[in-house]
Order: sequence, then structure tokens, then C-alpha cells
Amino acid sequence: MKHEQILLYTRIFKDRTASLVMKILTFASLLTLVVMGVGLYYKSADILGAQGLWDLIAGSQWSPLSGKFGFWPFILGSVYVTILAVFIGVPISLLAALFLTENAKAWVKQAVFPVLDILAGIPSVVYGLWGTLIIVPWIADSFGPHFVEYTSGYTLLAGGIVLSVMIIPLLVSLFVEIFLTIPSDLKDASASLGATRWQTSRLVVIRKASPGIIAAIVLAVSKAFGETLAVLMVCGNVVDIPHSLFDPAYPLPALIANNYGEMLSLPMYESALMFAALIMFVIIFAFNATARIILQRVEKSFKL
Amino acid sequence: MKLKFIEEKIFNVLMILSTAAVFGFCASIIWTILKTGFGPLNWEMLTSLPGGGFYLGKEGGILNAIAGSLMIVLSSAFLGLVISIPIVFYINVYRKKTSRLSYFTRLSFDVLFGIPSIVYGAFAFTIMIFFGLKTSLLGGIIVITLLIIPIFVRSMDEVAKSVSKDLLDATYSLGATRLESCRVVLRQIAPGIATATLLSVGRAMGDAAGVLFTAGFTDNIPTALNEPAATLPLSVFFQLSSPIPEVRERAYAAALLLTLIVLALSVTGRLLTRKFSKNRIK
Repeated sequence: MKHEQILLYTRIFKDRTASLVMKILTFASLLTLVVMGVGLYYKSADILGAQGLWDLIAGSQWSPLSGKFGFWPFILGSVYVTILAVFIGVPISLLAALFLTENAKAWVKQAVFPVLDILAGIPSVVYGLWGTLIIVPWIADSFGPHFVEYTSGYTLLAGGIVLSVMIIPLLVSLFVEIFLTIPSDLKDASASLGATRWQTSRLVVIRKASPGIIAAIVLAVSKAFGETLAVLMVCGNVVDIPHSLFDPAYPLPALIANNYGEMLSLPMYESALMFAALIMFVIIFAFNATARIILQRVEKSFKL
Repeated sequence: MKLKFIEEKIFNVLMILSTAAVFGFCASIIWTILKTGFGPLNWEMLTSLPGGGFYLGKEGGILNAIAGSLMIVLSSAFLGLVISIPIVFYINVYRKKTSRLSYFTRLSFDVLFGIPSIVYGAFAFTIMIFFGLKTSLLGGIIVITLLIIPIFVRSMDEVAKSVSKDLLDATYSLGATRLESCRVVLRQIAPGIATATLLSVGRAMGDAAGVLFTAGFTDNIPTALNEPAATLPLSVFFQLSSPIPEVRERAYAAALLLTLIVLALSVTGRLLTRKFSKNRIK
């Protein structure tokens, strides 16, 4: 065989081999998602068999020593804290993003993106530290006493506030990205009809961007739902259904993180905690997949 | 004055307040960390292992946590790059960017990106039990690698997507195989890879929930893969729950150190983007 031919074959061989390796890696990584779901389900099968799905989710008795596992207080704790974070975080992010895209001077824009970077980069344990040093005492000493007689500060509200700050960078950058896809013709048309800037924002920009806004919120919800350490540090962690903003809460991730140490010493405990992880996996999987599909549609529909 | 102008004024103020709130939160966090952490931070703390009675406020440092974090994060970043760069090439060069497989892969990585680290931790823990592993350096590396791959793939894919089809066609017309075209693309996405690496390393460094289950905690620097490893975020977390003020102060200092490392990584990442962009064809 001629020299050139051998060279060509080696090149083609390398190309084919690389292709195969890459293919295997890609499919293997796709499999992790499946393996993760199946693995967690497999681990929680014990407790599902013993107590039944409905009993686990809707039961509110939690006593691992007697083998009773009801996740209702934890699920509610997670849901409340997430909803609260969204209620605080979304209006702030929406208004800030509108300001940045429609009104702000160039220097504000230049200053805000590094700030968002920093907020997004700060580790969750540092947020927790900030929460315990600033937010918790504020609630206990100045904010709480206006509403209730006594609160320790380690409350649902503290969790909500800390989480809202954690989702703000994600929300603002997504909102800004979405608002920038709105064609300026639409805004000009609205302005030429005599609308003020806010009217244009409210009636044109927000309305046109609404699928994207909803998707961004869903992503923020799933981030807040899974956040562990910060929430664990400020929420109080009392197994009880919270009845007001000033009651402690005990969200699912905090439950897992707090009890992983003992989980191998009690029967079913491990299975129960893995079931908690499975609940989070399923919810976040559904939320994320929906949000991403919506966002991709939005992106496509604005591309010319 | 017309109602719409009043409305405009009110919302202008609200918008400015919201933006100010974003700045305010950031300033408050940084200020809190600096104020509480700067005092107790000293050289001895960074360079010594916890001594006897460390958790009662006696002498010692957090070198165990610094070393553990670095070992876990650096190995995971390396493994993560080795796995994710081929994936990015596969969905951008070998397959058409718009093919079904590429779409599906992107979607899956988006979902994986959203899965919280505590779930990764729980999952990695089940794998470890399955293989009979104890909490160890290896466990920490496994979970952080799993966690870091989606971040790598997503951010590098963003850059790789923007490489023009013409460039690929030009290499093919010169007779290059797809693997050889990858090398051309690699030049183009080098800044993306650099930035992605640093940002993901920062995120991995700050992650605590994942390593909580898998890496364990120790006062020593691990010398083998099957020994437990301490990590910085967990060191902050554990010391913070102590009732002794000296120990809590060290937690503040460790938190400051952690924040500084993460922020330095992200700033360097941004700077590198500029520097490496010189090979890029716009």
C-alpha cells in the first residue's frame, strides 16, 4: 500500500474511533438522568411498598423511631418557602429588568451585570451565613414584633427572603435576555400611539414576553425548591406545618441534609430520605423540562 | 395631570428602587462577610490543620478544608472537561446542530443543570453504597463531577453553537475529517472553555449539599482516594453551628475565604474571555 493511502486510512480510522467514543459519552451522560430517577425509585421502593404513596405524601406524622413517615409538613414547608421567595423575588427582578432594558443609563447597566455575577456566584452557605447574621435578627427584633408576640427569627419568612435574593440574579438575567428579544418596532408603535414608557412596558413588552417570563419563573421555582444549605440554616427546622410567616418551617432538602447521618441506623429511614430526594427529583424534572421547552419555543419564534 | 403620567412616575420610582435593592442585597452580603470575617482571618488559620480542641476554640486552622476542597474540585474539573468536551463536539460537529439528538441532549443537560445538588448527593450516595464505598475523597469527586458536567456542557455549547457553518464547510472542503475540524472549532471555543471552567469550578467549590453525603469530614488532609475529605463550605457550616464564639468567628473567616476564592475565579474567567478571544473569527 502506498504511503499516502495508509495516512488516509489512519486519519479515517481516528475519525471513526473518536466518533464512537463521543457517541458513547453522549449517550452515557443522557443515561445519568434515567439512572438517577430509577436509582432513587429503587431505593425508595421499600418505603413505598410499606406505606403506600398517598400515605407518605399526605401523612403528617413523622416519627422515624416507630417507622412512621409522613412527608406533608416537609412538602408544605418547601412549597411555602418557594412561593414566598417567588413572591418577593419576581416583582423586584421584573421591575429591575424592565428598568435595565428600557430606562437605565449605560453606566447602570455596566455596573449591574458584575453585581449579578457576584450574587450568582456567592456560595449557598455564605447566603445562609448572611441570613443568620442579618435577616434572622431583623425578623426577631424589628420586623416580627409588629405582628406576633414572639418569634425566634428562624422562620418561613427568613427562608423566603434569603431564597428570593438567591433567585434574583437568575431571574434578572433571564428577564433581560427575554426583553431584548422583543422587537423595538412594537415598542415604537406603542409609543407613537401616545403610550408612556410604563404603558408600553406593561401592555406590550410584558405581554409579548409572558411565555418567557413564566418559563423563567418556573426555573427560579425549581432552583428555590432544591436549595439546601441556606434554607437549612435560616428556616428553624421544626417538624410542624407552618401556620404563619413567623413559624419555623422544615423544607425537604433540609430534612435530607440534617438526617443523612442517622439514616443508616434506623430501618426504613434511608428509604424515606431517598423518597424525599425522589419527590424533589420528579418535581424539578417536570418543572425544568417544561420551562426549557417553553424557552426554546420563545427563542425560536423571535428569531428571524 | 393625566393618570397615565402619575402611573409612569410611580413605576419609575419602583423600578429604580428594585434595581437599587439588587445592589443593596449584594452590598449587604459582601459587607457582612467582610465585617465579620476579616478580623479573625489570619495566616495561621490558612496554613495549619485543626489542632487539639480546635472545635472548642483552641488553636489550629482550616488547611484540611482548603486542601480537601482543592483536591475534589480540581480532579472533578479535569474529569468533567475530559467528558464534556467530546459531548460538545459530538452535538455540534459530528451531528447537525439542529438534529433531534442534539436537541434532546441539550434538553437533558438543561434538566440535569437544574437538579439540585442535594439530589446529586443522595444519588451518588446510593451508587456508593451499591459499590460498597464509604464517604471518601472519591465519593466527593464523583458527585462534583456529575454536578459539573452539565454546567460545562451548557456553557461550552453556547459558544460552540455560535461557530459558523461556513467555517466547518471550509475545513471539509480542504479535505479535513470531522475530528480535524474539531481542532479548528477548539480554537474558536477556547475562550468559552476557559470561562466555563473557571465559573464551574467556582460553583463546584461553593457547593456543600452534594459533598455532605459523599465526602464526609476529617481533620486531616486525605492522602488516598478512600479517605474522607473535608471541604470549605462544610467547614463553614459545621463551625457555624458551634455555641463557642471563637469557633463561629473562624466560620466567618472561612466564609470570607470561600467567597474570595469563588469571586476571584469568576473575575479571572471574565478577564480570560477577553484575552483568549484573539483567535476567534467573528
